[in-house]
Amino acid sequence: MTPEITSEARMERLEQLVQFVARHAEAAGFPIRRIKEIELATEEVLVNIVSYAYPDNEGPVSIQCWADNAARLVLEISDNGVPFNLLDVPDPDVTARFSDRQVGGLGIFFVKQMADEARYRREGDRNILMLSFDRHRQDSKGRGYAGTVQK
Amino acid sequence: MEIENTGKEDGYFIVTVTGRMDATTAPEFEAYMGRWIGQGEVQFIVDFGGLEYISSAGLRSILTTTKSLKAKQGKLILCALRDTVKEVFEISGFSTIIPVYDSVEVAVKKG
Repeated sequence: MTPEITSEARMERLEQLVQFVARHAEAAGFPIRRIKEIELATEEVLVNIVSYAYPDNEGPVSIQCWADNAARLVLEISDNGVPFNLLDVPDPDVTARFSDRQVGGLGIFFVKQMADEARYRREGDRNILMLSFDRHRQDSKGRGYAGTVQK
Repeated sequence: MEIENTGKEDGYFIVTVTGRMDATTAPEFEAYMGRWIGQGEVQFIVDFGGLEYISSAGLRSILTTTKSLKAKQGKLILCALRDTVKEVFEISGFSTIIPVYDSVEVAVKKG
């Protein structure tokens, strides 16, 4: 059985959901630094779901988490909210000067930077985001969004 | 996350933050900073030596605080960024828009 957690998509549940994933990364023997990167990507996806998936009511979020082999952790984060592909959001301008600097899109940018692979699909009324993390983040210099992210 | 005023040096109000700045704790940072700014403090050095983790929510709080300080001709300087926190600052480009130093001592001298 694939380990899974389901919870209401609320800020109060954030820590519990992120720690579910962190414990699996830890059990897979990932280095601490990588575990924190995985926590970051997970938090950013969850905050997005908490903030936007259910505009009129509340709804659930689920995370399935498994080790593909000793060196790869895979997550599937799903919600029943409005159709939304997180990966479509354009990157913020990280070279913008202070006065022009905004934070919008930064969380999603981190997801793309920290995950080695990211894929979105819609199944019925669910958004499903698959994120895959190798034991060590592959050097992302120049790798960018187009190279590894598929819809 | 713990946040406290750990001193004053050369006119700088020293703040030490430990633990994690994520979507649930970042508002606390903004609240504390807002209170100190309301008390008239405008020059801050924030010591992140004990900060283990930061997310975009944390960056947002720092940016909001820095912008409100700039409006008062104030200043916010960060120091002692570690590991993932340092990485997040670099990837986001924030390390080029907010002054970062290795330690409080260096920040006081060069800030």
